Amino acid sequence: MKLTIQVNEGPYQHQSSDTAYHFTKAALEKGHEIFRVFFYHDGVNNGTRLTTPPQDDRNVVKRWSELAAEHDLDLVICVAAAQRRGIVDDGEAERNGKDATNIAPGFRISGLGQLIEGGIQSDRLVVFGD
Amino acid sequence: MSMLHIVNKSPYERNSLAAAVGHMTDGDTLLLIEDGVYAAVKGAAAAGSLEGKTVSVLGADLAARGIGVDKLVDGVSVVDYGGFVDLVEATDKSQSWL
Amino acid sequence: MSDIKKFMYVNRRAPYGTIYAWESLEVVLIGAAFEQDVSLAFIDDGVYQLTKGQDTSGIDMKNFSPTYSALGDYEVNKIYVEKESLEERGLTLDDLQHLVWEDEDDDWAEKDSIRLVSRAEMADVLAEQDILFNF
Repeated sequence: MKLTIQVNEGPYQHQSSDTAYHFTKAALEKGHEIFRVFFYHDGVNNGTRLTTPPQDDRNVVKRWSELAAEHDLDLVICVAAAQRRGIVDDGEAERNGKDATNIAPGFRISGLGQLIEGGIQSDRLVVFGD
Repeated sequence: MSMLHIVNKSPYERNSLAAAVGHMTDGDTLLLIEDGVYAAVKGAAAAGSLEGKTVSVLGADLAARGIGVDKLVDGVSVVDYGGFVDLVEATDKSQSWL
Repeated sequence: MSDIKKFMYVNRRAPYGTIYAWESLEVVLIGAAFEQDVSLAFIDDGVYQLTKGQDTSGIDMKNFSPTYSALGDYEVNKIYVEKESLEERGLTLDDLQHLVWEDEDDDWAEKDSIRLVSRAEMADVLAEQDILFNF
């Protein structure tokens, strides 16, 4: 089964990103293919490398980056939602005159078309949100 | 064609359980995750909404909230994340009632 | 076998209190270019998104309600509105924008985009889709 996952909420505020992560991991363990994980609305905040969560709790951002590295996942952050919320990579910093970037490893910023394409190319779309 | 209806909010906080149940057709499955698992507690007000429905509950979310499986409405299946994946595969599409 | 999938964008939130209504519309507009079989569903508080007379000057937020009337131009013309959701909120079709599209196969005749359906009919419409987006 080829899956696209949509994550609508940011780290810690809602359980959505956690559930999406555990679901994605379980799907990979069962041998399914993750076509894309698309982060929308506040979900783009899963892609900042500047979080410092307490040591005794899970590191939501790092966990996604590590899963992406281990399984060559395509973690896409919606550009429009990212611009609104301040998730910035080199390209966006240059385009929009920002003096810093904050994108976490394994994530890339791209358009909503990537979500649509995920829907078209995958067998299933599963949405995690509030 | 069957649908997986996913509900992640408590029925006492949000109307998403009612919305899900109101739009289920024969052969569909309801999956309760996150705060949605509270709907499956026996003897609570929302339990009646589950009658006649095929219901699964994510075990990890029950355990997190201290809900023992003995507290659940009869006939509900407890699944793990792997079981969640299986449900997505077994149905044609999912509808997340947020 | 057709490559085209039936995409439905499900809207259940009121506008302005959260961003979901607007950011959902942004997906619809981008998605229109992908030539899938697109429908929109307005259920529960989602029906409030379509009401007439939205004036956001006092809250200083962008009034995006005119965007709904542009949907016809994007060939998005299957807009399902749930009857019970309207009634529960004391609304009728008259409270909603009159959304139309021009049918090029019928001499560009102007037709209604909104399809008022019961909850039971909406369940069937949802069941017909391939992909359901929720926000």
